[in-house]
Amino acid sequence: MRFGVVVFPGTWSDRDCGHVVQDVLGAELVYLWHKDRDLGGADCVILPGGFSYGDYLRAGAIARFSPVMESVAAFAERGGLVWGICNGFQVLCEAGLLPGALVRNACLEFRCEWTHLRCERETTPFTRGLAAGQVIRVPISHGEGNYTADPATLDALERRGQVVFRYCDERGETTAGANPNGSQRSIAGIVSERGNVLGMMPHPERCAEAELGGTDGLLLFRSAMEAAAAVTLA
Amino acid sequence: MSPLTIDRRKLREVALTPEEYLEIVEQLGREPNHVELGMLGVLWSEHCSYKSSRPLLRQLPTEGPRVLQGPGENAGAVDIGDGWAVVFKVESHNHPSAIEPYQGAATGVGGILRDVIAMGARPIALLDSLRFGPLPASRHHFDGVVAGVGGYGNCIGVPTVGGEVYFDECYAGNPLVNAMCVGLVRADRLQRARAGGAGNVLLLVGAQTGRDGIHGASFASLELDGAVEERRPAVQVGNPFLEKCLLEACLELADRPGVVAIQDLGAAGLTSAVAEAASRSGAGARLDVARVPRRERGMTPYEVMLSESQERMLVVVEPGRQADLAEVFARWDLEASAIGEVTGDGLLVVTDGAEEVARVPVDLLTDGAPVRRLEGCPPAQQPALVDMDCLIAEPADLGATLLRLLASPNLGSRRPIFRRYDHMVGDATVVPPGGDAAVLRVPGGRLGLAVTIDGNGRYCRLDPHAGAQIAVAEAARNLVAVGARPLAVTDCLNFGSPERPEVYWQLERAVAGIASACQALGVPVVSGNVSLYNESERGGAIDPTPVIGMVGLLDDRDRRLQAGFAADGDVVLVAGRIGGELGGSEYLRVLHGQDGGRPPAIDLDRERAVQELVLDAAGAGLLRSAHDVAEGGLLVALAECCLLGGRGVRCTALAPDAGVRLDAACFGESQGRFVLSAPPESLRALERLAREHGVELARLGVTGGDAIELDGQLRVPLAEARAAWDGALLENPPHAGGLSV
Repeated sequence: MRFGVVVFPGTWSDRDCGHVVQDVLGAELVYLWHKDRDLGGADCVILPGGFSYGDYLRAGAIARFSPVMESVAAFAERGGLVWGICNGFQVLCEAGLLPGALVRNACLEFRCEWTHLRCERETTPFTRGLAAGQVIRVPISHGEGNYTADPATLDALERRGQVVFRYCDERGETTAGANPNGSQRSIAGIVSERGNVLGMMPHPERCAEAELGGTDGLLLFRSAMEAAAAVTLA
Repeated sequence: MSPLTIDRRKLREVALTPEEYLEIVEQLGREPNHVELGMLGVLWSEHCSYKSSRPLLRQLPTEGPRVLQGPGENAGAVDIGDGWAVVFKVESHNHPSAIEPYQGAATGVGGILRDVIAMGARPIALLDSLRFGPLPASRHHFDGVVAGVGGYGNCIGVPTVGGEVYFDECYAGNPLVNAMCVGLVRADRLQRARAGGAGNVLLLVGAQTGRDGIHGASFASLELDGAVEERRPAVQVGNPFLEKCLLEACLELADRPGVVAIQDLGAAGLTSAVAEAASRSGAGARLDVARVPRRERGMTPYEVMLSESQERMLVVVEPGRQADLAEVFARWDLEASAIGEVTGDGLLVVTDGAEEVARVPVDLLTDGAPVRRLEGCPPAQQPALVDMDCLIAEPADLGATLLRLLASPNLGSRRPIFRRYDHMVGDATVVPPGGDAAVLRVPGGRLGLAVTIDGNGRYCRLDPHAGAQIAVAEAARNLVAVGARPLAVTDCLNFGSPERPEVYWQLERAVAGIASACQALGVPVVSGNVSLYNESERGGAIDPTPVIGMVGLLDDRDRRLQAGFAADGDVVLVAGRIGGELGGSEYLRVLHGQDGGRPPAIDLDRERAVQELVLDAAGAGLLRSAHDVAEGGLLVALAECCLLGGRGVRCTALAPDAGVRLDAACFGESQGRFVLSAPPESLRALERLAREHGVELARLGVTGGDAIELDGQLRVPLAEARAAWDGALLENPPHAGGLSV
């Protein structure tokens, strides 16, 4: 099982994702440079957090045009697992691989803090190790993580079960106080219609070891590892 | 000496005195031209030359068995074992932040990052020490600076893990923004920015050069005057994305053969970078400004040499190696231009194409600034302040007093700040901000690196010597509170104009205090920065504010301690004397509007003893938590332990020492104290250990419940304490009002 971690020049979670993949999970790792089109035989491609090309324009707006994204889009089209975390989620939305957009946090400030997430669907490749309704603890770190889409898109997402994570309190309630960025319907993560592309703002690679404050992120990494082994690309 | 033949206004523009000008003429044997004058002016500024503070700084202990690099390089470095060196430095960006808070703070972070990168180290942590005028009036400064620090650090992907902030009227016109960066490098890969032998090529890498920041260093060496708007061009604009590319490229370069040195371009831009790198090798340099890529048309050689455009590095390579390195620059889409070469004649020669525009001995630039022997004299009002009568009415309600203090911006929760900073990127933050010190894990072993930054301007105004000693002691105490042994110091000396005898006296006393405290606690100073002329028309000179950045080491980070109470039923103790010195306390200021008194006494032997006790107890696994008792005194520290741990405490009535009032025992800021918690079964061993160290250890109570209780003296529900504490820095605290004494 091999994870490919995409590296834009302004990416910074690449090393953290690589660390979890290699040192914590003992899986194979290949870094995918933004200027290359080769996905290095990856079974699951991670688009990590950071500021891709500086994101002075709009987070991910330039990254979608990069050579590596052409290959990522084609890989997703063939059913490959693609996992956007933080900036990676923003890039996936900009690239049209996921619907909606991530706009400035409602509080108008950057937020780095622990959040609780409720797993809304355990049947995706990334959440098969979780139970529906399970509450996990995962940190966020972003200034533009306010998930926004028009009501019809949101309704369609709900109907098709594409909402995978919602911000909630420790008991699993989706209160306004538990929503750190104003995301509509407390959405923290969504999958594509086929379920093989996940975008989420929180950082599971920051909670994969007890000494960093939690290990819930491992549930997602392990799920993706197992699922990737079962994927046959079209 | 010849009489002055130059317009004084022109000298003022480059911040040189007539005497200094005459010295230049004497040394050169002729009058300097316009470009030379600009170059000399900027390198002879206080900011670059330390001409007023240099004689004092020699007192600081800079050596120790672990020191790999002391002051004089881009940053200091200390051996931490396992083959690693920790590289760190603090620097001020006060004047730019006064004018343009966001960009001033952002480029302050950018600058200190480059200092660490130049040593070949990967930055792993940032800290900030901030001072503003009181809220809400200074909120624009506060918000802008916090956004700027976060804007740069969050984008480049280096976690901001610690810091401190205080609010006082004296900083209203001249806020302080000190940024500290900590990096890691394999000890055998530590770089030094020495240009080496003749023929080596000077590559300018990174951003194009613009007119931004011209005279930045000189500007930092003048008081802030009414012409603040006009000085805006002296503030640079940051591009953290470009710096990220520069960071990665420089770290790749540091491992390449043929790369001789990497030097940051900071204050005084190209002039300083080339002169310093050449000077460290006793070499000269020749450079052609026509080969410097510009972002603006029509720039003069003067402007190119003095520009402080950000995100630029000077890379010195052996001749013929340039082509090998081209792919690194291409990968990161960086421009790298050969702008000159190292020479053997000790001269810095600048040309504009074929035309020579400057020729100055490197020595004259870097070491030529005449040391200014200034006279210090204690301020006239000093005795009155120190002897000020502290007798005031005792508060009727201790609980309400505690709530008032917890809601003070100087004591309240810092979460509204650090949640705006990415403090987790890098997967290394084992103890996050909010406690006494942050702890970062060091890859590949069990080591933990603890970092903190501390200072107290009020204590230093009342007694600069004791105040500076306290800053060192408190920084060490913060490291010890997480279980780390203090290793070394970086200091940032923020003062007013040294030309005022009372300010120079403060500087003398504070440096002596730092030196003696560092000596006593065994922590050498390996890097630092001096920021003088922190004055404004409105407020005069700031309080003397020496700031101490300190790093410490845990051999096994699993032995780390937290500040908050960790379990119900634990015994709560205070190590050190209960004491009760109210002078200079937050209690006096908040409750009684008094800003004076004698600051708490500091006894460095006792300080060392109590720190050794806590380290031994932590190492033996006897403790569950430890927290430094600082501003706000014992009761505020106790409340913080409860708030951070999410559980209350039940204490017996506090019995003050003979002759000490209860409010003084509760809120006095006596030094050398920790609040500890431990499982009951550890108590005996702890008491034995305390006796061995000759340290008082008093039992206060037991953790648990949902209130802070002192039997018969006070009971404050934790929820009320939390509302007060959480809201202290918020613009619209959710539970504002209702807190009164």
